[in-house]
Amino acid sequence: MNSLVQTNAYSLLKACRIMPLASRTKAHWASVEMGPPDPILGVTEAFKRDKNPKKMNLGVGAYRDDTGKPFVLPSVRKAEEQLMAQKLDKEYAGIVGLSEFTKAAVELALGSANPILSEGRNASAQSISGTGALRIGAAFFAKFYPSKTVWFPKPTWGNHNPVFGHAGMSVKQYRYYDPATCGFDAAGCLDDVSKIPEGDVILLHACAHNPTGVDPRQEQWRELCDVIKRRKLYPFFDMAYQGFASGCVDTDAWAVRHFLSEGLPAALCQSFAKNMGLYGERVGAFSIFCDSQEERDRVLSQMKILIRPMYSNPPVHGARIAAAVLTQPELRQAWLSDVKGMADRIIGMRTQLTELLAKEGSKKNWQHIIDQIGMFCFTGLKPEQVERLIKEFSIYLTKDGRISVAGISSNNVAYLAHAIHQVTK
Amino acid sequence: MTSVFSNVQTAPSIEVFALTEQFKKDSNPNKVNLTVGAYRTEECKPWVLPVVKTVEAQLAADDTLDKEYLPVTGLPDFCASAVAVCFGEGHPMVLSQRADGIQSLGGTGALRLGYDFLRCILGRDTIYVSKPTWGNHKGIAQQCGYPNVREYRYWLASGRCLDEQGMLEDLTAAPEGSVIVLHGVAHNPTGCDPTPSTVIKQRNLFPLIDLAYQGFASGDLDRDGRVPRLFADHNMEFFVAQSFSKNFGLYNERVGNLAIVTQSAEITGRVKSQVRNIIRKTWSNPPSHGARVVATVLRNPALAAEWRENIKRMAERIVLMRQMLFQKLRALGTPGNWQHITDQIGMFSYTGLSAAQAEYLRTNYAIYIMSDGRINMSGLTSKTVDRVAQAMHEAVTKCSA
Repeated sequence: MNSLVQTNAYSLLKACRIMPLASRTKAHWASVEMGPPDPILGVTEAFKRDKNPKKMNLGVGAYRDDTGKPFVLPSVRKAEEQLMAQKLDKEYAGIVGLSEFTKAAVELALGSANPILSEGRNASAQSISGTGALRIGAAFFAKFYPSKTVWFPKPTWGNHNPVFGHAGMSVKQYRYYDPATCGFDAAGCLDDVSKIPEGDVILLHACAHNPTGVDPRQEQWRELCDVIKRRKLYPFFDMAYQGFASGCVDTDAWAVRHFLSEGLPAALCQSFAKNMGLYGERVGAFSIFCDSQEERDRVLSQMKILIRPMYSNPPVHGARIAAAVLTQPELRQAWLSDVKGMADRIIGMRTQLTELLAKEGSKKNWQHIIDQIGMFCFTGLKPEQVERLIKEFSIYLTKDGRISVAGISSNNVAYLAHAIHQVTK
Repeated sequence: MTSVFSNVQTAPSIEVFALTEQFKKDSNPNKVNLTVGAYRTEECKPWVLPVVKTVEAQLAADDTLDKEYLPVTGLPDFCASAVAVCFGEGHPMVLSQRADGIQSLGGTGALRLGYDFLRCILGRDTIYVSKPTWGNHKGIAQQCGYPNVREYRYWLASGRCLDEQGMLEDLTAAPEGSVIVLHGVAHNPTGCDPTPSTVIKQRNLFPLIDLAYQGFASGDLDRDGRVPRLFADHNMEFFVAQSFSKNFGLYNERVGNLAIVTQSAEITGRVKSQVRNIIRKTWSNPPSHGARVVATVLRNPALAAEWRENIKRMAERIVLMRQMLFQKLRALGTPGNWQHITDQIGMFSYTGLSAAQAEYLRTNYAIYIMSDGRINMSGLTSKTVDRVAQAMHEAVTKCSA
């Protein structure tokens, strides 16, 4: 090592020995409080500690197969094996990531025939899964969009508020879920949305609303679209479950496609965590659908300015897998079938649970379990009933009565039906 | 109807990417790209480390591995190993848990978390970066809303070396509590190794060490880790933003670690919980693939030894290129003192060439270097070093600075 550095390192050592410990260790952190505990993590920890062999974890936000295990999609495994054989390099991907991936992702969302794609009007960036997409979007809107207010459905995913808040947007809510019916509050929603100040941003769950599982029907979406159009609101879609909700990728993208076909502008966050089971690989995309290619170029250049100081460029492993799956016909077919398999299992569990509740003798209306869609179900259970499920039956769920249907399997659905009946009869 | 985005201006392009784009389109068969900071072999190709290939094959064949979310703060094995690489295995700071790690999206992600925490939780409003420094150091500060982004003198153009005096003066004048971004080793872009200053302690400045080249600079992890270790040995409190992009060649898998060092395990725990909160709002949880590769290597003595060999190979090739370039320039009698090319360490060299001279190289020789004179030493090969030296010689003699 060159002498200049050696000399200086030595002089630091000398100086350090002279200085007393007290003045060297001024407290930087006195005011740092412990961060808030994670409510969902709390459920999982309690579940882990429970020794009851019949225990069930219905707080899990990841798909489980019928034996309760994490599921790596066969099509994904196949794609991964193929990629290994290709011996690709590890060079930086570029700020907006793998173009092969983002192109395929947007095509999946919009349908390959959508003119936006052929006209080059989508400003799209690979993102760190859905959260990363939301974060880029929130930062972009906070910086460039005239209104700094975004409206969320009530309730919404717990992380929406922190992400948008951290980016500098202020957050308001519109009515969405009706606890009386455990369904969509169409009247309340339309009423609230019709009063949102012109030009504000409105966040919409494209399908499989999280946490309620309640989605508007197509005619309700049409009505909502009309109001949003009249109020000149900016639709900001969060699509985390395309394919995973109904089992069909086109059905699940219907709302997004409808809004675009109505000539509305839109932003879209896509996650491949659930529908490809790529949770930990952080695969997602963020898009703004622009008026022209020229605008797209400007918008994309500014997105890069926001992404670079966050993490420079995205991880490629998962995106390469997703790109292979989406663009190779055989893999894509296999994937569509894997996704349908997951969706069907979830739908099957919903049906079974409802039937078993009736068999248990429950007189309550459990239709919403079947009407709701996707990973989650808002059971309508009250906090004290949830408490009993946990304490008496070792069935773990969040206080709001939300269950993850993915945590139900054919060997415990009867136990769950029995327990729910016991606490609600 | 006017678009809501009609006022969005085209952002300035980022020089290093713009130049690489230009390079790609250049039809000159003898073109050389000395801009982007990624290692190249003697054949001027990217290099996936053999140990990485071995481990990736292992992981792909392992059916017991799933794709579940990692914890928000990352793969625990990875974080522990990363911190051990930084401070040395068994360092008291690590054993006492006063030092802990948080997995991040590459070195940039670690810096972002550090900057965000210091701004939002500690309320620091002034941050100092070296002059010059990697462009993104300022970019991150601006995104995080630091009202005062300042520079401390670092590079002495006239002597093409460290401006020790200037650095000392600027840090002494820094407001108490300012954040100081230091390059842990192999300063980017100059290649001059920094001197940890006693002034940092006197002014209660908060050091954030950017450690992107540990092992890659000298070929020796311990040598290259001496700045964080020195700080730790003297009970300082600081952060280290570690990158495994270069030393593992895992550029596109975004493997990084924010090491936090405080007075006590309890405080470190609290700080970690706050950073965890920031992560939730930024990317939720980090990507698992790259971290698994690194953790697998570091926890296996044989693989770790192979990794250290791989690093040495890269570092040695770069040292060789430095020597060759220096010798060629001296043989040509190129005006000026070129000693800094061999004095400096790591991937980059601040040649001292001006923007005009850089332009000359691009236009006349299709040799691409940054307009601040920075070159990627590993972009040189024994086949191209002659031509590059010749081009530099011409640029210096024919084109005034």
